[in-house]
Formats: sequence, structure tokens, C-alpha cells
Amino acid sequence: MPASAPLHFDGSFADWKRVARAALASGVAPQQAHWRDAGAAQIELALDAPAPERIVPLADPDLAAPSPRVPRAFLDLAEDVARHRDPARWPLLYRALWRLTHGEPHLLANPADVDTHALHTLAKAVHRDIHKMRAFVRFRERATEAGPWFVAWFEPQHHIVEANAPFFRDRFASLRWSILTPGRCVHWDPDSRSLRFTPGASRADAPADDAAEDLWRTYYASIFNPARVKVDAMLAEMPRHYWKNLPEAALIPRLLAEAAPRVQRMVARSAEQSAAAAPTPGELEGRARPPATGDLAILAEAAASCHACPLWRAATCTVFGEGPREACIVLVGEQPGDHEDRVGKPFVGPAGRLLDRALAAAGIERSACYVTNAVKHFKWEPRGKRRLHATPNAREIAACRPWLEAELAAIRPGLIVCLGATAAQSVLGHALRVTEERGKKLPGPFGASALITVHPSALLRLPAGIEAEAEFQRFVADLRQIREVPDARPSEQLPGSPPAST
Amino acid sequence: MDLPQKLSVLADAAKYDASCASSGTTARNARASGGLGSTTGSGICHSYTPDGRCVSLLKILLTNYCIYDCLYCINRVSSDVRRARFTPDEVVRLTLDFYKRNYIEGLFLSSGIIRNPDYTMEQVVAVARKLRLEHKFHGYIHLKTIPEASQALIDEAGRYADRISINIELPTATDLERLAPEKNGERIERAMGAIRERIEASKEDRKTSPKAPGFAPGGQSTQMIVGATPTSDAEILRRADGLYQRQGLRRVYYSAFSPIPSASGKLPLVAPPLVREHRLYQADWLLRFYGFGVEELTTPAQPNLDLQLDPKLAWALRHREHFPVNLNTAPRPFLLRVPGLGVKTVDKILAARRWHPVRLADLLRLKVPLKKALPFIETPDHRPGLRELEDPALRARFVPPPKQLDLFADGPTPPALATPGSEPPPVPTAPPSLEF
Repeated sequence: MPASAPLHFDGSFADWKRVARAALASGVAPQQAHWRDAGAAQIELALDAPAPERIVPLADPDLAAPSPRVPRAFLDLAEDVARHRDPARWPLLYRALWRLTHGEPHLLANPADVDTHALHTLAKAVHRDIHKMRAFVRFRERATEAGPWFVAWFEPQHHIVEANAPFFRDRFASLRWSILTPGRCVHWDPDSRSLRFTPGASRADAPADDAAEDLWRTYYASIFNPARVKVDAMLAEMPRHYWKNLPEAALIPRLLAEAAPRVQRMVARSAEQSAAAAPTPGELEGRARPPATGDLAILAEAAASCHACPLWRAATCTVFGEGPREACIVLVGEQPGDHEDRVGKPFVGPAGRLLDRALAAAGIERSACYVTNAVKHFKWEPRGKRRLHATPNAREIAACRPWLEAELAAIRPGLIVCLGATAAQSVLGHALRVTEERGKKLPGPFGASALITVHPSALLRLPAGIEAEAEFQRFVADLRQIREVPDARPSEQLPGSPPAST
Repeated sequence: MDLPQKLSVLADAAKYDASCASSGTTARNARASGGLGSTTGSGICHSYTPDGRCVSLLKILLTNYCIYDCLYCINRVSSDVRRARFTPDEVVRLTLDFYKRNYIEGLFLSSGIIRNPDYTMEQVVAVARKLRLEHKFHGYIHLKTIPEASQALIDEAGRYADRISINIELPTATDLERLAPEKNGERIERAMGAIRERIEASKEDRKTSPKAPGFAPGGQSTQMIVGATPTSDAEILRRADGLYQRQGLRRVYYSAFSPIPSASGKLPLVAPPLVREHRLYQADWLLRFYGFGVEELTTPAQPNLDLQLDPKLAWALRHREHFPVNLNTAPRPFLLRVPGLGVKTVDKILAARRWHPVRLADLLRLKVPLKKALPFIETPDHRPGLRELEDPALRARFVPPPKQLDLFADGPTPPALATPGSEPPPVPTAPPSLEF
């Protein structure tokens, strides 16, 4: 059996340091050290008590032995570890100190080392306890002659009251307060601006309640969402052993028991209400119907305040159709773009310029045509600083359709050119594949023919080159069919009657 | 209505905001001023409710009267909830009374829109002004900003608040149109952009003169509701990624849509998709701290996150060609991709391997979940066979048995809401009234 050294100290970190320095100077190896604190709590088993002749003689700790050099990080870590209540912390600290001063100065840099890991595990538990004390201390106000006094009862897991006192001092600098714990109490007086420590107290020394606690419990119960119960997540952060000193924790069993019935009632009630209050399909569209007139200017004015679908909110203005009422041809696009939305005119942006070029190549005067869109508001999504085009959905196309119908009813064209799928869907009343129907003339509303072709913006997306040029020529070829329109107008039909194709 | 009743109504109305963070602001205290309150960098949760959320701030609405009609919101004009309204002085008193008893870190104040945005914002700012100037309150203040309010009011809010937030509410413009017709995504982002500029300008000013007035030193955050519309996780994450990059947000909160009293019939009345919310947070972390790109987390064929596996494990199973990773030689970005290794563990492995080869015993000590990590790592005492890594059945090893599917099923799950045998479907089907 190797020689051993009983190391007596008062249980404080400062005294442990003093004795450890002496042990180190005397060459006491970690396995020889037997730490005994002031309470005479023997850390080693009584059976292991060494025979007196086997005891290593210890240098006088108070004589100035040359201080061993240890990293600053060790002292900070050791101070935290010393606050842990585990008696094994003292031998562990000494072993780490020994290794640091005996050829392993970088010990702390290796987090996977057994001792470093053990030190960090203890320090972490202490940090957590410090944090939980800051979280779970609950002051109760007591009226005194000197004014209000805020007193808390708290039961920490480790020796952390001193370490935490400055936090409470800095936070509650203007209040008189005391935190009572079984081991140590701390008091702050804002007048003398001093912290005072006293021995441990008992729960009965703290006030039994506080008028504000009812209000606090009201808040706690109201902020809880019964539809999402996650008990484990709560327990992980607020373990049960803290509950007895938390006024709100008494509510937890009742809140849990009531959660499921509350949610059931909520759902049942909502279902009843929404069945009664669901809006009828016509309700929204009824908010802005075109006036019964063939005057395009009046229609345009009425459309400016259309709220039949939500697109008006994000758009700058309604972009109504443009062109002579006498036009034989109506060109229908999808919706205004960024440029059109700002200017308020259809087909004036990049796609409009391409359309102009194609019409010119096909030998058609744009000014003789009426140009409009299936949807009259710009639909977009923010993408950085840009407003990116978004395809209108069936709901929005349907909401806008009365306006297109009113335009067609006023003009009664011989031919409607559907530029792209959205236009075709609106004009014909059903979806179709442009790639399959392209170049065809289908029966359209009001007895007109509907010519199907692509939207010019589809051509803009093609990379410049032979393919783009070929597609442009195809587009021009489609548009040439416009010239075959008979001048005679189709027979009169009542406005508002269903499109011929449906 | 007395104060407890008001508190009950206006806290109930505020609980659908997920954020309760009191972190990220500058450290300060009341020592010199003789006032009340302090902030540290990391924030403190003073309590936890059985929904697993922390209670750090007094989170209330100034009023739940609102002129807007956002369908997912309990306070919308068409809802028949009880209404209440605090005076600014009542909020100030509640905040101070709670703070003095150490119940809270501070105040998170939001409000329904009454009269007009500026009127409402002025009331919200008045509370913060009184707390800071009249009561020398140094605790945490989070103010919800109304995007339509005037810039002067937002500027004043930023001077008193630690954090400012504007909720984008829903991930896409289409979702917003459907459910929040009065809200405008572009306007919200513009307001965020303006706040970002002020936060950055104030940081610059304080570098040269530390006494320059601060502006929301805790940054700005936002929240989006998940599961109220059929929008995919891919779109949600793209939106979040864009917000982090464009607006420099501290946090994007994802809030699983949960049934609210007198909900609109256009919303799914099912249990909130809590697992999905959890996966989105995991994915969010991968974006911010693990070097993942937003397009790596989902695939065009699977635009939603795998509910059964965490997103890093799911990625690793899709990209087995990158594994096994040698823990003793691989650079940090590769270690961060290993399932089961968090940022802290990775840094510990990097530190440890400077001194000795890292072995399985080291990993055990560092609490690495070996079952998850083993197929993907290589150490001197562990070399997984390629056959194991290529085994199509590898995924099945990680999928929890069916009865544990619900990660949070240990609490009483409302029986009427639970989908038998599984979590709520990843994409709630919209009721017919939403179909176009």
C-alpha cells in the first residue's frame, strides 16, 4: 500500500487551493491524497485509513512555497467545479492539478480526456444550477416600516449563492431584497448598496404568499396553448424538484387534465360556426360587377375599383383593355406585367414590344386591334427588389372574366386571338394545351372565332439564337391568320349569354 | 372588466406568437442608474408551460380588437372572442410588478390594429417609452411592429426595444392572399428592410461613438404559420433562407397552426403538426450553423421534410457517397454533415484529435449517439463495411417503431384530434372551399 496524505481543509475553494499547493510542493501524488473538509466528512472509506508511519509529511501550507504555474482557464474551471456538491470534486481537481504540473500542461485543451471531461461535466451542472436559480427565484413582497422588502425562498442544488449574488444585485439594484436558502442567505440593501451573507434559513422564514401571484397564475394559465401538449419538453427545462417553490407549478395538473376537453369544445364550436357563416360563392364576385353598358370608358372606370379577387391589393392599378371599339380583332393576353402595372396600359413592356414586332412582321396594324388581358391586375411575388410575375389561378381568372366578357360584348370582334393558356382558358371557359391547339381557330364566345397561339413572353424566355428566331417566325405565321378575318361581324347575340364553346 | 380578466383575454390572444426569446441583446444593468432590470447575452426562461414553451417575457396584446380579418388569427375582426384593451399604464404596472418578483425578463408587446396603424403603434411605443424613461427599466423589451406604421414611430420603437419583429405570417404570397387579405408580403419585407438598415446604421454609429442611440440591439425576428395552407416545406425553407439573407433576421419562428377558438372553416381543424414544426427548426439550424444549402434539405420529388428522420440523417441517407467520414482526418464542414454530431461535439472532436486519435470510447464520453453515427463514421477501431452503408435497408434502422412516431406523444393527446396511428399528414389537404 502506497504512502498516503490526509489533507485537511475548511471546505472552501480558497483553502483547498492553499492545501493543494502544499501537497503539490510535498510531492503528494493524486492517489495518495485523502481530502477531508472541515465537517470531518471523510472522503475515503474508514477501512482505507493509513497507518501513521505511512503518512507523507506535508510542507507547511502557509510557508511560501513556489506557486506552480497553471493555466488561467484551470482556475476559472476549478472555481466552478468547487461549487458542485459532489465530494469527489476535490480529489478530481487535485488529480487535474497534478497532471497539469507534471508534464501535461495542455490537459484542458483535450475535451475527450477523462479528467477534463469530468471537470466540464461538473462545471456544467453548476452553471445550469446558477441559471435555474436566476430563472426560478420567486420574490414575495413584505411590507415593512422601511418600505417594501422582497424575500425569496430557494433551494439550490449546489453551492452557488455567492456566485449568483452579483447578478441579483445588478438586476434589482433599487429594491431591498433577500434570498433565503438552506445553506446560505444573501441580502441587498439599496441604501447602503451592500451585499450581506448570512447562514442558512428555513422556508418558514420567507413570506407565505404575495398578492401578485394570483395575477401571475392567471397569466401562466392563459399563455398555455391546450392544443399543443409537450410535457417532456417542459420537464426537461423545469424538473419537478423545482416545482414546490414555483407558485405557478400548482396549476400544471389541472391545465393538463383540461387540455383535451378544451380543444374538443373549440373544434366542435368552430365547425358549427363555419357551417353557418361560410360565404356563398357569389358573394365575393358580387362586389364588383361590370355595369351593363357597351361604353368601354365607363367599363374601364368601373374596373379601376374592382375587388372581386385579392390581386388588387398588391397591384398598382387595374390595367384595362385598350383600342378602338370598332376593332374586328381582340388580342387577349394573360395579365399585365411589372411595366404595364406601373403605366396602366396593356402590352407596353418587353412582351408588348415583341408583340408589336410580330404584328408588324405579319402586316397587321396594332392600332386597329383591341388589346387586353384575361386578368386585369398584376400578380407577382417579391424576389429581392424585383416583383416577379406569378401565374394567376383559376379563381382569379374567373373573378376577372366578367370584365373580359363585357369588353367582348361591347366590341363583338370577328376573331379573338388568345395569347397563351390563361387567355385561352378565360376566353373558351376551359383549360387547354397551347402546344396542341396552337394555330387552330376554335369556336369562341359571341360567335367569334378564337385563334390559339403562344404568349409573347414565352418567346422572351428563349435564349437568343436560331431556335428563338424560328419560334418568332412561327408566332408571326400564327398572327398572319388574323388577316383572313371576314370583315362582316357575326350575328348579334345577347351580352352575358354563355360562350359558344361551353 | 377588471385587470385579471383583461390579462386573461390579452395573454390568451398573444399565445400564438411562438417567440419568447430574451436573448441576443447588449448586456446592461441597473447598478449605476438605480433603476430596475438587467439583460445578459443569453436570456432566461422563468417558467415553462405544459405546451413545452418557455415563459421568458410577459407576452400580451395591448388590445385584441382588430380591424383586419386574417383567417388564421384568433383576433380577426370576424372572430367572436371576448375583447379587451389595456391602457398603457396598466401594461407598465403589470410589467414592473412581475419583473420585481422575478417572474419575467421583460415585456413582449403586440397589438391588434385599432383605428389605424399609426394610432395603434403610438400606443405600443408609449408603453415602452414609459418603461424606459419614467421607470428606468433596463429589462428586455420586444415590440411587434406594424408594417404600415409611420417610419418615425418605428424609429422610436427601435430606440426603446431590444428586439423588433414583424410577422410574415404565411410563407408565400398566395397563402397570404388566401388567409390574410389585408396583409401584403411586399410591404412587410419593405418594412423589414427599413428596420435592417437602421439596426446596421446604429451598430456602425456605436462603433465610433459608443454613446450613440441604439436601435433594437437584439435584432429582428419573424414568424410564419405552418400547416394552415398546403405550402411545402421546400417553399417554407426557401422563404426563411431568403429572409435570413436579405433581411439579416436573428430568427425565423415556425408555428404549427393549432385550432383556435371560433376558427374559420377554411382552416384545417386537426392537431397542430408539431413534428413538422420540429423538423423545420432542425432544418433551419442546418441552414444557419451547419453549412447546408436550402436546396439540399428537400428534393423536387419530396418537397416536404421526412417526418420520421431528422433532416441531417435524411440527407446523409440520400448522399451515402460522402460517407464514411474519417473523424481523425476530415475537415470541419464534413464532420458537420455526420448524423448525430452537433456543432459543439464537432469542435470537441477537432480539439481532441490534436492530441490523440479519436476512438469510440471518446465518442461515448462526448455523448455522441453512436447508433445513429456509426454507419457514417470511421475511427481506428471502427470501419463500417461499404456494404452496410449501401444497404437499402439502412433507413429502416433509424425509423422509430410506429407507436413512437409521435415524438411528443407522452402528454395526453386530444383524442378527437389525433389521427389514428400516425402524425397529421405532412401536407394538410385544404378544405374544398380553398380549391381553385
